[in-house]
Amino acid sequence: MDTFLQQLVNGLTLGCVYAVVALGYTMVYGIVQLINFAHGEVVMIGAMVAFSVITALAGSGMPPLAIVLLSLLAAIPACMLVGYTVERIAYRPLRNAPRLAPLITAIGVSIILQHVALLIWGRNYIAFPQIVRTESYVLTTSVNSATITNIQIAIIVLSVVMMAGLIALIYKTRIGIAMRATSQNAAVAGLMGINVNSVISFTFIIGAGLGAVAGVMVGSYYGIAYYQMGFLLGLKAFSAAVLGGIGNLGGAVLGGLLIGVIEAFGAGYMGDVTNVCTLNQFLPGFAAMCDANSNASLLGSNYKEVYAFVVLILVLRFRPSGLLGERVSDRA
Amino acid sequence: MTTLLSIKNLHIGYGGIQAVKGIDIHVEQGELVTLIGANGAGKTTTLKAITGLLKPTAGTIEYDGKNIVGEPTYKIASQGLVLVPEGRGVFPGLTITENLQMGAYSRPRHERASIAEDIEHKFSLFPRLKERAKQTAGTLSGGEQQMLAISRALMARPKLLLLDEPSMGLAPIMVQKIFEVVREVSRRGVTILLIEQNAKLALQVSQRGYVMDGGIVTLSGDSKSLLVDPKVREAYLGEDVAV
Repeated sequence: MDTFLQQLVNGLTLGCVYAVVALGYTMVYGIVQLINFAHGEVVMIGAMVAFSVITALAGSGMPPLAIVLLSLLAAIPACMLVGYTVERIAYRPLRNAPRLAPLITAIGVSIILQHVALLIWGRNYIAFPQIVRTESYVLTTSVNSATITNIQIAIIVLSVVMMAGLIALIYKTRIGIAMRATSQNAAVAGLMGINVNSVISFTFIIGAGLGAVAGVMVGSYYGIAYYQMGFLLGLKAFSAAVLGGIGNLGGAVLGGLLIGVIEAFGAGYMGDVTNVCTLNQFLPGFAAMCDANSNASLLGSNYKEVYAFVVLILVLRFRPSGLLGERVSDRA
Repeated sequence: MTTLLSIKNLHIGYGGIQAVKGIDIHVEQGELVTLIGANGAGKTTTLKAITGLLKPTAGTIEYDGKNIVGEPTYKIASQGLVLVPEGRGVFPGLTITENLQMGAYSRPRHERASIAEDIEHKFSLFPRLKERAKQTAGTLSGGEQQMLAISRALMARPKLLLLDEPSMGLAPIMVQKIFEVVREVSRRGVTILLIEQNAKLALQVSQRGYVMDGGIVTLSGDSKSLLVDPKVREAYLGEDVAV
């Protein structure tokens, strides 16, 4: 049973990152009905900028936490600038174009951003400097025990704080109400004196700021960054947003956590479940494979990327609008 | 009296169709002016041009002494020219209170206290809205949404209120109520340009009127004289004047 609690901890950590990235997709979709495929690259740029700052300051004798904080303070405005610029020059001119045009443009922007990062940071995997020493704490319940690291705790706490902040922003502030008004009826929002273009820019900027923090979290968690890291991360976060019901903030959080947990459990259990010797007990034909290598599995942990998408397809088969997708009134 | 809105030689075309073909309309401070006409006469198109949603092909629209053609919608709105759109256009997912707050969006932040007072004032005018203050606007009936849409527009403390077909799709008793509200708003000094297909009610409530047909103004004058004009009675009031 130890696997269960451990994978739950790992899955929730990862799920928090997915949720924060998914919020960026869902906010932008809610307000301009655009799937911003470049959002994953914004996350990557956040990780890369943080990497550069941490590398530059690592030998300076500053306290490690201060360096991490500075890297966030550099990554957030850098990503906000990227998010704003992309909307301003690539998406805004296509605001009234057929929907396929901005979609293809988003894919183009994603490729451009990847290659800009390639030029700046190179094509290799970059080892993210682990300047904060990882410490593990043991969690025990009556039947389970698992460890949680200080980095995992930081990721979870930071994510929860950001989500709470975002909800407060969108539901309690004037600009937040204006964002929801714009998402519901942009023309009428303009008639109320709301500068719709500013509100849309603001939405991209907030989404990119969240993405920057997610990038730093992912880099610190895996200890690695590279110019294509935004692709799969973005795809999973986008799937999380769709799973929860795109356009719905609560849905993005729920979808992100689910994808993270499913992925962790898939990686933790599917290898054992599909072990060829285990299968041999129930099904004929695996004896030779079991004899050759008793540790072999049909679906080892290399398949962990697959489970989230399988669940996504199954859910959409029965609930095309996503888990919380019917609550259109919550769009933001 | 000073002229608040002055439209001169306005032409609007889109998609190859000339919807408005050179109209002149003016509204004086404090007046309640109506623009009537059949479906497709160009009334809503004219309103869209005034609020900056459509760009005219020719002509000028002067509001408060300056030409506002080419200005973005939100800037026009924040100068106190506020439209209650056709079909009401409430924000369905926002609560009643949030809808009213959005109406006051263009007012400066330091007016927060008086904005809150104005919301209470709207609630006293329409107790129904107060009862449902925390519910989303999408749950309101059509008539209640129209009350909300008008209240929301008034939250901006407009100098000129444009109303696009406020009676559309409402039960007759609701229509009476809406027109009472329009009359009351006008009495309190707000200048109003009212677009209506319900010509009789519109002419009864207004001081002056314009009749639009096929993109041009075919008749204009005192509402009282338009009400008895044989052409108006035949075409828009559905009365047989042949006898």
